[in-house]
Amino acid sequence: MRNEREQMMKQIHRIDFAIHELVLFLDTHPRNVKALQLLEEYRNLRCEKIAEYERRFGNYVAVVDDVKPTEPWGWVKGPWPWENKFMMED
Amino acid sequence: MWKYEKKLQYPINIKNPNPKYAQIIISQYGGPDGELGASMRYLTQRYSMPYDEVKGLLTDIGTEELAHLEMVCAMVYQLTKNLTPEEIKKSGFDKYFVDHTTAVYPVAASGLPWTATYIQAKGDIITDLHEDLAAEQKARTTYDNLLTLIDDPDIREPLKFLRAREIVHYQRFGEALRLSTDKLNSKNFYACNPSFDKNCGK
Repeated sequence: MRNEREQMMKQIHRIDFAIHELVLFLDTHPRNVKALQLLEEYRNLRCEKIAEYERRFGNYVAVVDDVKPTEPWGWVKGPWPWENKFMMED
Repeated sequence: MWKYEKKLQYPINIKNPNPKYAQIIISQYGGPDGELGASMRYLTQRYSMPYDEVKGLLTDIGTEELAHLEMVCAMVYQLTKNLTPEEIKKSGFDKYFVDHTTAVYPVAASGLPWTATYIQAKGDIITDLHEDLAAEQKARTTYDNLLTLIDDPDIREPLKFLRAREIVHYQRFGEALRLSTDKLNSKNFYACNPSFDKNCGK
Protein backbone atom coordinates (compact mmCIF):
# COMPACT_ATOMS: atom_id res chain seq x y z
CA MET A 1 0.00 0.00 0.00
CA ARG A 2 2.72 2.45 1.05
CA ASN A 3 4.78 1.43 -1.95
CA GLU A 4 1.84 1.90 -4.33
CA ARG A 5 1.19 5.32 -2.87
CA GLU A 6 4.83 6.28 -3.36
CA GLN A 7 4.77 5.00 -6.93
CA MET A 8 1.72 7.12 -7.73
CA MET A 9 3.28 10.14 -6.11
CA LYS A 10 6.37 9.57 -8.25
CA GLN A 11 4.20 9.40 -11.38
CA ILE A 12 2.65 12.77 -10.54
CA HIS A 13 6.11 14.25 -9.88
CA ARG A 14 7.25 13.02 -13.29
CA ILE A 15 4.27 14.78 -14.88
CA ASP A 16 5.14 17.94 -12.90
CA PHE A 17 8.63 17.79 -14.39
CA ALA A 18 7.31 17.42 -17.94
CA ILE A 19 5.05 20.44 -17.35
CA HIS A 20 7.99 22.45 -16.02
CA GLU A 21 10.11 21.57 -19.07
CA LEU A 22 7.28 22.66 -21.38
CA VAL A 23 6.92 25.93 -19.46
CA LEU A 24 10.61 26.80 -19.98
CA PHE A 25 10.35 25.85 -23.66
CA LEU A 26 7.23 27.98 -24.11
CA ASP A 27 8.92 30.98 -22.47
CA THR A 28 11.22 31.19 -25.50
CA HIS A 29 8.75 29.67 -28.04
CA PRO A 30 5.43 31.27 -27.02
CA ARG A 31 3.70 30.36 -30.30
CA ASN A 32 4.79 26.73 -30.55
CA VAL A 33 1.52 24.88 -31.13
CA LYS A 34 2.96 21.42 -30.50
CA ALA A 35 4.35 22.43 -27.10
CA LEU A 36 1.03 24.09 -26.18
CA GLN A 37 -0.85 20.91 -27.11
CA LEU A 38 1.56 18.79 -25.09
CA LEU A 39 1.14 21.11 -22.11
CA GLU A 40 -2.63 20.69 -22.37
CA GLU A 41 -2.22 16.90 -22.41
CA TYR A 42 0.08 16.86 -19.38
CA ARG A 43 -2.17 19.22 -17.45
CA ASN A 44 -5.14 16.91 -18.04
CA LEU A 45 -3.07 13.85 -17.17
CA ARG A 46 -1.98 15.53 -13.93
CA CYS A 47 -5.62 16.20 -12.96
CA GLU A 48 -6.57 12.58 -13.71
CA LYS A 49 -3.67 11.17 -11.69
CA ILE A 50 -4.36 13.43 -8.73
CA ALA A 51 -8.06 12.45 -8.79
CA GLU A 52 -7.03 8.77 -8.84
CA TYR A 53 -4.52 9.34 -6.02
CA GLU A 54 -7.17 11.05 -3.89
CA ARG A 55 -9.69 8.25 -4.49
CA ARG A 56 -7.18 5.67 -3.30
CA PHE A 57 -5.03 7.40 -0.71
CA GLY A 58 -6.70 10.66 0.35
CA ASN A 59 -5.58 14.29 0.20
CA TYR A 60 -2.80 14.99 -2.35
CA VAL A 61 -0.59 17.81 -1.14
CA ALA A 62 1.65 19.80 -3.48
CA VAL A 63 1.44 23.27 -1.92
CA VAL A 64 0.04 24.40 1.44
CA ASP A 65 -3.27 25.44 -0.17
CA ASP A 66 -4.00 21.76 -0.84
CA VAL A 67 -4.07 20.88 2.86
CA LYS A 68 -7.59 20.47 4.24
CA PRO A 69 -8.29 22.32 7.52
CA THR A 70 -8.74 19.27 9.72
CA GLU A 71 -7.17 18.51 13.08
CA PRO A 72 -4.29 18.01 13.45
CA TRP A 73 -2.92 20.50 10.88
CA GLY A 74 -1.48 18.16 8.21
CA TRP A 75 1.05 20.46 6.48
CA VAL A 76 3.67 19.96 9.18
CA LYS A 77 3.53 16.18 9.06
CA GLY A 78 6.87 14.68 8.03
CA PRO A 79 8.86 13.39 6.37
CA TRP A 80 9.96 16.70 4.84
CA PRO A 81 11.43 16.45 1.32
CA TRP A 82 15.10 16.51 2.33
CA GLU A 83 14.68 13.68 4.85
CA ASN A 84 16.09 10.33 3.90
CA LYS A 85 13.77 7.39 3.26
CA PHE A 86 16.42 4.88 4.37
CA MET A 87 17.30 6.66 7.58
CA MET A 88 13.62 7.26 8.47
CA GLU A 89 13.11 3.51 8.62
CA ASP A 90 15.93 3.03 11.16
CA MET B 1 5.70 35.83 -4.33
CA TRP B 2 6.47 32.16 -4.04
CA LYS B 3 4.83 29.01 -2.76
CA TYR B 4 6.69 26.03 -1.42
CA GLU B 5 6.11 22.69 -3.13
CA LYS B 6 6.57 19.91 -0.60
CA LYS B 7 8.82 17.67 -2.72
CA LEU B 8 12.30 17.55 -4.21
CA GLN B 9 12.55 18.05 -7.97
CA TYR B 10 14.41 14.72 -8.08
CA PRO B 11 14.41 12.27 -5.14
CA ILE B 12 17.47 11.97 -2.88
CA ASN B 13 17.93 8.95 -0.63
CA ILE B 14 21.57 8.39 0.27
CA LYS B 15 22.28 5.18 2.20
CA ASN B 16 25.87 5.86 3.24
CA PRO B 17 26.85 9.12 4.96
CA ASN B 18 30.19 10.48 3.72
CA PRO B 19 31.45 13.80 5.14
CA LYS B 20 34.25 13.96 2.56
CA TYR B 21 31.71 14.03 -0.27
CA ALA B 22 29.54 16.50 1.67
CA GLN B 23 32.46 18.94 1.74
CA ILE B 24 32.84 19.01 -2.03
CA ILE B 25 29.13 18.83 -2.92
CA ILE B 26 28.40 21.85 -0.70
CA SER B 27 30.19 23.98 -3.31
CA GLN B 28 27.12 23.61 -5.53
CA TYR B 29 25.14 25.28 -2.73
CA GLY B 30 27.38 28.15 -1.62
CA GLY B 31 30.30 28.05 -4.07
CA PRO B 32 31.19 30.40 -6.96
CA ASP B 33 29.12 28.46 -9.52
CA GLY B 34 26.56 26.99 -7.13
CA GLU B 35 22.78 26.94 -7.16
CA LEU B 36 22.30 29.73 -4.59
CA GLY B 37 24.21 32.11 -6.85
CA ALA B 38 22.34 30.84 -9.89
CA SER B 39 18.98 31.54 -8.30
CA MET B 40 19.97 35.00 -7.02
CA ARG B 41 21.56 35.91 -10.37
CA TYR B 42 18.45 35.21 -12.44
CA LEU B 43 15.89 36.49 -9.96
CA THR B 44 17.93 39.71 -9.62
CA GLN B 45 18.44 40.26 -13.35
CA ARG B 46 14.69 40.03 -14.07
CA TYR B 47 13.94 43.61 -13.07
CA SER B 48 16.06 45.26 -15.74
CA MET B 49 15.03 42.91 -18.54
CA PRO B 50 13.13 44.67 -21.32
CA TYR B 51 11.43 41.69 -22.99
CA ASP B 52 8.56 39.63 -21.57
CA GLU B 53 9.90 36.26 -22.76
CA VAL B 54 13.20 36.87 -20.94
CA LYS B 55 11.45 38.12 -17.78
CA GLY B 56 9.45 34.88 -17.77
CA LEU B 57 12.46 32.69 -18.43
CA LEU B 58 14.57 34.29 -15.67
CA THR B 59 11.66 33.93 -13.22
CA ASP B 60 11.08 30.27 -14.07
CA ILE B 61 14.75 29.23 -14.20
CA GLY B 62 15.54 31.29 -11.07
CA THR B 63 12.73 29.43 -9.30
CA GLU B 64 14.00 26.05 -10.52
CA GLU B 65 17.45 26.93 -9.14
CA LEU B 66 15.86 27.28 -5.68
CA ALA B 67 14.70 23.69 -6.08
CA HIS B 68 18.26 22.75 -7.04
CA LEU B 69 19.85 24.34 -4.01
CA GLU B 70 17.31 22.41 -1.94
CA MET B 71 18.51 19.19 -3.61
CA VAL B 72 22.17 20.03 -2.97
CA CYS B 73 21.37 20.86 0.68
CA ALA B 74 19.45 17.58 1.02
CA MET B 75 22.54 15.71 -0.21
CA VAL B 76 24.83 17.51 2.25
CA TYR B 77 22.30 16.96 5.06
CA GLN B 78 22.04 13.22 4.39
CA LEU B 79 25.80 12.79 3.90
CA THR B 80 26.51 14.26 7.34
CA LYS B 81 23.86 12.33 9.33
CA ASN B 82 24.85 10.21 12.34
CA LEU B 83 28.59 10.97 12.23
CA THR B 84 30.89 10.05 15.11
CA PRO B 85 33.56 12.52 16.32
CA GLU B 86 36.13 10.03 15.00
CA GLU B 87 34.64 10.13 11.46
CA ILE B 88 34.45 13.92 11.60
CA LYS B 89 38.15 14.21 12.46
CA LYS B 90 39.33 11.58 10.00
CA SER B 91 37.43 13.01 7.01
CA GLY B 92 38.61 16.60 7.47
CA PHE B 93 34.99 17.67 8.14
CA ASP B 94 36.20 19.04 11.51
CA LYS B 95 37.07 22.44 9.99
CA TYR B 96 33.45 22.92 8.90
CA PHE B 97 32.00 21.24 11.99
CA VAL B 98 33.66 23.64 14.41
CA ASP B 99 31.72 26.62 12.96
CA HIS B 100 28.46 25.00 11.80
CA THR B 101 28.15 21.58 13.51
CA THR B 102 26.04 19.69 10.91
CA ALA B 103 23.94 22.66 9.79
CA VAL B 104 23.94 23.29 6.03
CA TYR B 105 25.65 26.66 5.56
CA PRO B 106 26.39 28.18 2.11
CA VAL B 107 30.13 27.84 1.58
CA ALA B 108 32.40 26.77 -1.26
CA ALA B 109 34.39 23.53 -1.03
CA SER B 110 37.35 25.68 0.04
CA GLY B 111 35.32 26.97 3.03
CA LEU B 112 34.73 30.49 1.67
CA PRO B 113 31.20 31.68 2.52
CA TRP B 114 28.78 32.58 -0.27
CA THR B 115 29.06 36.15 -1.51
CA ALA B 116 27.12 38.31 -3.97
CA THR B 117 30.43 38.87 -5.80
CA TYR B 118 29.79 35.47 -7.41
CA ILE B 119 26.96 37.00 -9.45
CA GLN B 120 26.40 39.99 -11.69
CA ALA B 121 23.41 42.05 -12.80
CA LYS B 122 24.79 44.53 -15.31
CA GLY B 123 21.56 46.06 -16.59
CA ASP B 124 22.43 45.28 -20.21
CA ILE B 125 20.51 42.46 -21.82
CA ILE B 126 23.38 41.08 -23.94
CA THR B 127 25.86 41.24 -21.06
CA ASP B 128 23.47 39.65 -18.57
CA LEU B 129 22.45 36.81 -20.88
CA HIS B 130 26.12 36.04 -21.59
CA GLU B 131 26.74 35.96 -17.85
CA ASP B 132 23.87 33.46 -17.59
CA LEU B 133 25.16 31.27 -20.43
CA ALA B 134 28.63 31.21 -18.84
CA ALA B 135 27.14 30.47 -15.41
CA GLU B 136 25.31 27.41 -16.74
CA GLN B 137 28.51 26.06 -18.30
CA LYS B 138 30.54 26.72 -15.14
CA ALA B 139 27.95 24.85 -13.08
CA ARG B 140 27.99 22.01 -15.64
CA THR B 141 31.79 21.72 -15.31
CA THR B 142 31.48 21.66 -11.51
CA TYR B 143 28.99 18.78 -11.74
CA ASP B 144 31.36 17.01 -14.15
CA ASN B 145 34.17 17.43 -11.59
CA LEU B 146 31.96 16.08 -8.79
CA LEU B 147 31.07 13.09 -10.98
CA THR B 148 34.79 12.46 -11.53
CA LEU B 149 35.35 12.28 -7.77
CA ILE B 150 32.20 10.47 -6.57
CA ASP B 151 31.35 6.81 -7.23
CA ASP B 152 28.27 6.26 -5.01
CA PRO B 153 25.24 5.80 -7.34
CA ASP B 154 22.87 7.27 -4.69
CA ILE B 155 24.77 10.55 -5.14
CA ARG B 156 25.64 10.26 -8.83
CA GLU B 157 22.03 9.98 -10.06
CA PRO B 158 20.83 13.32 -8.63
CA LEU B 159 24.14 14.94 -9.70
CA LYS B 160 23.56 13.69 -13.25
CA PHE B 161 20.05 15.10 -13.17
CA LEU B 162 21.35 18.50 -12.04
CA ARG B 163 24.09 18.44 -14.68
CA ALA B 164 21.49 17.82 -17.39
CA ARG B 165 19.44 20.79 -16.16
CA GLU B 166 22.44 23.10 -16.70
CA ILE B 167 22.50 22.06 -20.34
CA VAL B 168 18.75 22.66 -20.79
CA HIS B 169 19.03 26.10 -19.17
CA TYR B 170 21.99 26.94 -21.42
CA GLN B 171 19.85 26.06 -24.43
CA ARG B 172 16.94 28.23 -23.21
CA PHE B 173 19.25 31.19 -22.45
CA GLY B 174 20.74 30.83 -25.92
CA GLU B 175 17.24 31.12 -27.36
CA ALA B 176 16.56 34.14 -25.15
CA LEU B 177 19.72 35.79 -26.49
CA ARG B 178 18.69 35.11 -30.10
CA LEU B 179 15.18 36.34 -29.44
CA SER B 180 16.63 39.54 -27.94
CA THR B 181 19.11 40.26 -30.70
CA ASP B 182 16.32 39.68 -33.26
CA LYS B 183 14.65 42.77 -31.83
CA LEU B 184 17.85 44.86 -32.18
CA ASN B 185 19.75 46.42 -35.06
CA SER B 186 21.31 43.46 -36.88
CA LYS B 187 24.24 45.63 -38.03
CA ASN B 188 25.12 46.66 -34.48
CA PHE B 189 23.51 44.95 -31.47
CA TYR B 190 25.35 47.38 -29.21
CA ALA B 191 24.08 50.59 -30.84
CA CYS B 192 21.83 50.98 -27.80
CA ASN B 193 20.90 49.08 -24.63
CA PRO B 194 17.22 48.09 -24.57
CA SER B 195 17.44 47.52 -20.81
CA PHE B 196 18.05 51.28 -20.42
CA ASP B 197 17.43 53.30 -23.61
CA LYS B 198 13.67 53.73 -24.07
CA ASN B 199 13.71 53.95 -27.87
CA CYS B 200 16.17 51.12 -28.43
CA GLY B 201 14.98 48.58 -30.98
CA LYS B 202 11.89 50.62 -31.85
